[in-house]
Amino acid sequence: MAEYNAMDTAAFKGVWVFCEQREGAIQTISYQLLSEGRKLANDLGVELCGVVMGSEVNEGYVKALGGYGADRVYYIDSPLLKTYTTDGYAKVLCDLVQDKKPEIVLIGATNLGRDLGPRCAARLHTGLTADCTHLDVDVEKYKGFLRETSNIDVENTAFEENTNLKMTRPAFGGHLMATIICPRFRPQMSTVRPGVMQTQPFDEAGMNKVVIEKITPALTAEDIHVQVLDVKKSARKMVDLIGADVVVSVGRGISADPKKGIALAEELAGALGGVVGASRAVTDADWLPSDHQVGQTGKTVHPRIYVALGISGAIQHLAGMQDSETIIAVNKNASAPIFEAATYGVVGDLFKVLPDLIKEIKAIKAAQ
Amino acid sequence: MKAIVCVKQVPDTQGKVAVKPDGTMDRAAMATITNPDDLNAVEAALQLKEETGCEVIVVTMGPPPAEGMLRELMARGADRGVLVSGREFGGSDTFATSQILAAAVNKIGVGPEDIVFCGRQAIDGDTAQVGPQIAEKLHMPQVTYVTEIQKKADGLVVKRMLEDGYMEMKVQTPCLLTCIKELNQPRYMSVPGIFECYAKPLDIFDYNALKDDPLIETDTIGLKGSPTNVYKSFAPPVKGAGMMVESVSQLVGILNDKHLI
Ligand SMILES: Cc1cc2nc3c(=O)[nH]c(=O)nc-3n(C[C@H](O)[C@H](O)[C@H](O)COP(=O)(O)OP(=O)(O)OC[C@H]3O[C@@H](n4cnc5c(N)ncnc54)[C@H](O)[C@@H]3O)c2cc1C
Ligand SMILES: Cc1cc2nc3c(=O)[nH]c(=O)nc-3n(C[C@H](O)[C@H](O)[C@H](O)COP(=O)(O)OP(=O)(O)OC[C@H]3O[C@@H](n4cnc5c(N)ncnc54)[C@H](O)[C@@H]3O)c2cc1C
Repeated sequence: MAEYNAMDTAAFKGVWVFCEQREGAIQTISYQLLSEGRKLANDLGVELCGVVMGSEVNEGYVKALGGYGADRVYYIDSPLLKTYTTDGYAKVLCDLVQDKKPEIVLIGATNLGRDLGPRCAARLHTGLTADCTHLDVDVEKYKGFLRETSNIDVENTAFEENTNLKMTRPAFGGHLMATIICPRFRPQMSTVRPGVMQTQPFDEAGMNKVVIEKITPALTAEDIHVQVLDVKKSARKMVDLIGADVVVSVGRGISADPKKGIALAEELAGALGGVVGASRAVTDADWLPSDHQVGQTGKTVHPRIYVALGISGAIQHLAGMQDSETIIAVNKNASAPIFEAATYGVVGDLFKVLPDLIKEIKAIKAAQ
Repeated sequence: MKAIVCVKQVPDTQGKVAVKPDGTMDRAAMATITNPDDLNAVEAALQLKEETGCEVIVVTMGPPPAEGMLRELMARGADRGVLVSGREFGGSDTFATSQILAAAVNKIGVGPEDIVFCGRQAIDGDTAQVGPQIAEKLHMPQVTYVTEIQKKADGLVVKRMLEDGYMEMKVQTPCLLTCIKELNQPRYMSVPGIFECYAKPLDIFDYNALKDDPLIETDTIGLKGSPTNVYKSFAPPVKGAGMMVESVSQLVGILNDKHLI
């Protein structure tokens, strides 16, 4: 094998998605990334490959990745990859990258992906861009994106004509958007948070023609310097905020009677067919468990309807919900920043507004 | 035994955040604080000190005024500080930052029982990449999202937070741990601590102090050594303010008309 050189950019081709599995189940972030990766691969005219690591992962799951856009899947099978370890996964992924030389690698910004990505980028001597919310290789598409979302004077700005990956991400707690490039090194790596990219519909034909390459890695127990003693799921069922059609979130505004505030939010969510979310003020106070938290350090959601009850609208909260289709805010302070993000705002005490709102919505639902 | 803690001084993004018209941050207009997760990392090291008597060393890369932060952390109980500072280090991305911090840790010296602590994520760059990248460059195992640490005779048993539970694992030392707010409650400075902190040793590592480490090359540090570059930056889009409704009935009427309910 020729010597690996991360700066020999011309030698790298193809778009890869690290498809995370846990307990044998492919995580939904993988489908979101494949859908996004498909677009990039089309723009570049290259192959899209999924990379799955595990032990005896159901072949059907592996094949299904084709239905979400993968042309090829590298399935790396070893008992040592059954449960995630940084050492095991990083070695296998880096070895494979050095062998096959992809130009782009996308990884989910989950608690595992955020552990794996930086470790690999450091070993491969390349750049990694965290928590991307938008990806482009095509310059015209990138300009279109800037026209829509930024104050940059696109017509009077010079753009280099190349297919470098332009990775846009929030920084400074969401106060600033930055497009990052990695022009001199390959692969160009990015992480993307769950819920940020949309999954495209499953395509049966894609599944039938996907090429699966099963690989046995050169990995030994001595390569792994940690020992996983136990993986415990929390006993409670986690709330599915990311998949929800309607999210009703509560903030510190419920503090006068947190139990009652949450009960009212649950009732409204029930009436609308949704689930209950929260600001960090609420999860920090332990009024709701942390899986309910929406925002920069919580979940990113874009439901059809997002209701913010007694939430001030801090930028870290907005970062997780501002792309919701319709946002309804209830706050007793008319100058709360949440009203700037809201489609509809009601100024008032949530403990008074909610019972009326629930009653009227239930009446309409009953009449439908 | 040593506990080496990497700490970053950051603008307080919870307070007033100033974005200049050209899309860069007006750092001068913002207050600086110790990165929140890093306070949990320092606390973890101080608890280890109480248990084992280990030495706690706080390390930061930043401009000279970051010394003030190191003194505060010494007032909380850290034994000494290292300020990594130099023009050559400016403009580093996470790759280059971790090259430099790993070289600084090498200079401090890593023993078989030592632990390097980082915060999970800094609130300005927001990448959560520096910890794992330092671990890679020091060839150490890492555990991220740490919520519990127990010292054992032959290593550590730590809990690592997952989205839907946790993983309990045993890790050999030396190792690197990244800490989250669930790990502990950081202590405050003590009054005797404040008196003592100025007498504690503080070393400054500049480019010359680190340049013999193979990690430090002109093409692996600073702006030139950074694989990533900021290509464009801009303020996030402001959505036009929505419509204020007068009553619940009006709101429900609109929602019904738009077939939203
Ligand atoms: C690094 C970092 C990451 C963060 N990540 C997140 C994150 O992921 N998600 C998140 O949410 N936050 C996050 N935060 C915290 C964030 O900055 C805010 O502190 C938090 O969102 C505030 O929550 P809140 O709006 O519920 O509370 P507050 O800001 O206290 O607002 C309460 C609101 O309720 C209103 N109110 C009070 N009583 C009533 C009533 N009876 N009826 C109606 N309205 C009422 C008040 O007018 C006020 O607007 C983060 C902060 C940092 C530094
Ligand atoms: C708008 C913008 C976007 C950026 N995006 C990227 C990007 O996507 N990829 C990239 O590689 N770089 C990026 N950078 C550069 C990056 O912010 C800097 O390299 C920064 O010095 C370290 O990254 P961080 O703040 O994300 O730290 P994190 O990786 O979030 O920090 C984790 C932990 O590492 C330790 N640590 C970090 N920095 C220091 C320090 N200076 N001294 C001591 N300990 C420290 C602390 O323990 C901290 O809690 C970006 C910079 C800007 C301005």
